[in-house]
Amino acid sequence: MFRHRRSADDFAEEIKSHLELEADELQSEGLSEDEAHRRARVEFGNVQTAQERFYLRRRALWFDNLLRDIKFAIRQLIRNPSFAVVAILVLALGIGASVAIFAFVNAALLEPLPYADPNQLMSVSESSVESPRWPLSYPDFLDWKAQNKSFTSLDVYSWSGFLLRAASGTEPIRAMRVSGGFFQTLGVHPMLGRDFNPGEDRPGGPNVVILSYGAWVHRFGARLNLIGQTVDLDNNGYTIIGVLPRSFSFAPGGNAEFWTPINMLSPHEHSRTFYPFLGIGRIRDGITAQSAQTEMTAIAKRLQRQYGIIGRDLSANVAPLSEVVVGDVRPILLTLLGGAGLLLLIACVNVSSLLLVRSENRKHEIAVRGALGATPARLVKQFVTEGLLLAAFGSGAGTIVAAVLIRLLTRLVPKDMASNMPFLNGVGLNAHTAAFAAAISLLAALLLAATPVLRLSFQRVRDGLSEGDRGAASRLWRRLGANLVVIELAIAVVLLVGAGLLGRSLYQLLHVPLGFDPNHLATVEVAVPGAVYQTSEQTTELYREVVSRVSSLPGVESAGLTRMLPVQCDCPTDGIRIVGRPYHGEHNEVNERHVSSSYLPTLKARLVRGRFFTEADDSSMPGVAVINQALARKYFPDQDPIGQSIADDEGGRPSAWQIVGVVDDIHEGPLDLGTAPTEYFSVNQTGDRNFTLVVRGSQDPGALLPVLVSILHQIDLGLGVSDEATMIENIDATQAALLHRFSACLVGGFAAMALILGIVGLYGVIAYSVSRRTREIGVRMALGAQRRSVYGLVMQQAGWLTAAGLAIGLICSVGTSVLIRSLLFGVQAGDAVTLVSVALLLGLASMAASFLPARRAASVNPVEALRAE
Amino acid sequence: MPPQNNPDDRIAILQGTLDLLILKTLVLGQRHGQGIARSIQRQSEEVFFVDHGSLYLALQRLEDKKWISARWGVSENNRKARFYSLTSKGREQLLEKTSEWQRLTRAMGLILDGGSSREEV
Repeated sequence: MFRHRRSADDFAEEIKSHLELEADELQSEGLSEDEAHRRARVEFGNVQTAQERFYLRRRALWFDNLLRDIKFAIRQLIRNPSFAVVAILVLALGIGASVAIFAFVNAALLEPLPYADPNQLMSVSESSVESPRWPLSYPDFLDWKAQNKSFTSLDVYSWSGFLLRAASGTEPIRAMRVSGGFFQTLGVHPMLGRDFNPGEDRPGGPNVVILSYGAWVHRFGARLNLIGQTVDLDNNGYTIIGVLPRSFSFAPGGNAEFWTPINMLSPHEHSRTFYPFLGIGRIRDGITAQSAQTEMTAIAKRLQRQYGIIGRDLSANVAPLSEVVVGDVRPILLTLLGGAGLLLLIACVNVSSLLLVRSENRKHEIAVRGALGATPARLVKQFVTEGLLLAAFGSGAGTIVAAVLIRLLTRLVPKDMASNMPFLNGVGLNAHTAAFAAAISLLAALLLAATPVLRLSFQRVRDGLSEGDRGAASRLWRRLGANLVVIELAIAVVLLVGAGLLGRSLYQLLHVPLGFDPNHLATVEVAVPGAVYQTSEQTTELYREVVSRVSSLPGVESAGLTRMLPVQCDCPTDGIRIVGRPYHGEHNEVNERHVSSSYLPTLKARLVRGRFFTEADDSSMPGVAVINQALARKYFPDQDPIGQSIADDEGGRPSAWQIVGVVDDIHEGPLDLGTAPTEYFSVNQTGDRNFTLVVRGSQDPGALLPVLVSILHQIDLGLGVSDEATMIENIDATQAALLHRFSACLVGGFAAMALILGIVGLYGVIAYSVSRRTREIGVRMALGAQRRSVYGLVMQQAGWLTAAGLAIGLICSVGTSVLIRSLLFGVQAGDAVTLVSVALLLGLASMAASFLPARRAASVNPVEALRAE
Repeated sequence: MPPQNNPDDRIAILQGTLDLLILKTLVLGQRHGQGIARSIQRQSEEVFFVDHGSLYLALQRLEDKKWISARWGVSENNRKARFYSLTSKGREQLLEKTSEWQRLTRAMGLILDGGSSREEV
């Protein structure tokens, strides 16, 4: 196929040899030499034509023309480099942003999960009024597994953690407890070693652990002989039996490094009303999620009746696992994709109107070429080529922009959150994104090619040749070019409104009343080895020492301990009842926090009634509780809660807690949720092991963090110390804050670009129209028009365009803001402040953009303008 | 039919049949272009008029399709010439096109003969 093409010379040679052979033969038939040569030529026919046909056959004419068109187009672009650079840059921005966002959408929403037949995988959980994905209790899981007919396999997982004893010291690690068939259900096989054996997940099973690929590489140097070795977790020996493949990730598990079978149940976990596990199931062929849900709900109801469980109305929830994995980011990604699409549209419109201005200015050239015999088709082809070339350069540059943007955006996602989004690893320029890039480049090319064609077909060559109608701006330009800029302004308005709403949401979110002062707080998570601190006296002693040692550090005002930092999670929760009131098994869900006596004062929480905890509230005393106002309002609406008692039904602790204080609501749950009723217990009376140290400093809390780590290690090298961060960092890293910040920043960026493009577009239109109307303005001024009225003339045109753009944009943005409703917080979709600010911003910007051309118009010298003809 | 001297009576080769004729001519062995032209004219008893320009373009086309191959060589009377020979692909094509052509002529014959006989009735 790739052999060298036969040259025309070779062909000519062959014809020559033919003529000689023919002449020889004719001579041998008795003709004279001259006559033979003549006859051979005559018989052959037209040698020229044959050679020409050969040439044409070899070289496709269209290709020659195309090359010529491309060369010409490049020359045209180089002749006007500022136009070319602006057009290509604008396109590159639009295309780059769209492709980058699409890369995320593709990785998150389109790529299948990295498991065998991912469509069969379902998230299986109970479902309650409060939450559609309510976890399972272990006994329920066993019954569901045994009784269902919808799933070929059903497994559960739950988060846990260990203290790993390594050469470098004790390190807290994240782990997952899973039922034995978990990896089989996912269709994942360990890369090294084996999966859990049947029976290893029964109570009393062996201590075995499977490592994540990351743990194998980073903690164990990727040693191949690791299988069968023992590792010390929480002072127990665990046998390493396998290593998961590198590609494995399980989004709900985050960056868990150690995977153990569920074969040791805590006393709670034997209970049918303790719900720590989430399920996954592989659905049978031909069964829909809907019918599986119906079956599981029936099982759940039956179990509730059978075991007399009241108070909580639980049914089952079966949903595709992919939805659970992607969940929260879907609306954000789709919003961003929409924003990027609008930006692309505005970029294309902008470049088309630039092209339109250019073709307007080249009217004369086109007319001359037409008069010299260029067919309309040929002219159209020429302009189409220019459009295509621009689109090609634009998408080339756009790909580079996309690659850079993708890298920037992936870096914006903090590590903690990224581990819950394994799809981020799949973000990049792959086949899907390339196809998408190609598709939008093609669309852009079509649009850019169509604009001048449209323009050409409107116009007669003859009109172009006679430049006499220069006095009034071309009607076509006014019709088409002006409408284009209205579209640009309208899109800019839509994006600005979106950005405004998201920005206000972010502001509202970050200004949610927290109930405490988050500044100057440093936090460190501490895991306490259970083997060393076995009794509650020992742990209490440890708490006291930590608080007193840290409080005496220079620059530290106070220090406290808690099980759970605020603004993180409405969990763990506790089901309570009020002592002395009739109880019918209703489930009163409240947040449960175990805190040291100094914790609430350290947060600067506001005491409403009663008192905070003191060091005297220890295990030797009756249990006391502090409640927040939400709890007081809900359960003691017309009563003084102080002195009342609440009780919970979980064993192991005093079951009644007397309320000694009411604290103003501290925002314990995520920022975008309201404050939930919360009870605080004294850590000295609950005897927890792991805690988070919260320290209020007088200066920059970040500087305290390393000091805190070293103090903790001084107290006991066996403490697991991790996640040191300031309170502000912790709040900023919550999903709610991140997602809102992410979307507000990106849509804000898009809107800023759109505003610039729209305003530049408007400036272009007005400036161009002024340059076309110089003569008209000159005449007006010669006839006595004041400069002021010339200003008015120009500004009025700009005003109309802006008003039209604003009106269309505002109407559209009402629709789009309803679409992004789920991303808004504390702002209504039709927020008047946002709409008015956007209108003002755009109005001012377009005034500024049209002021310069207006000034130029007003300074026209009528004499010169008329003489210029 | 007086063949030799009256060019007007010669029939221009039907579109598409030239390829078949070339392939057929090459069955007996390699030939150069002029030889092929002569051979077609002679074997058709000078009925066919071969436009030489078209012939060479057809040769080029067949060569591009790899039905024939070409190389420069020397003719019997010591002239430089480009010789063409059939490839195996070309041989297959010849068989196929020949049977196609025979079916076509048979069908044409049936229709033309049938038409005339009905007229006679």
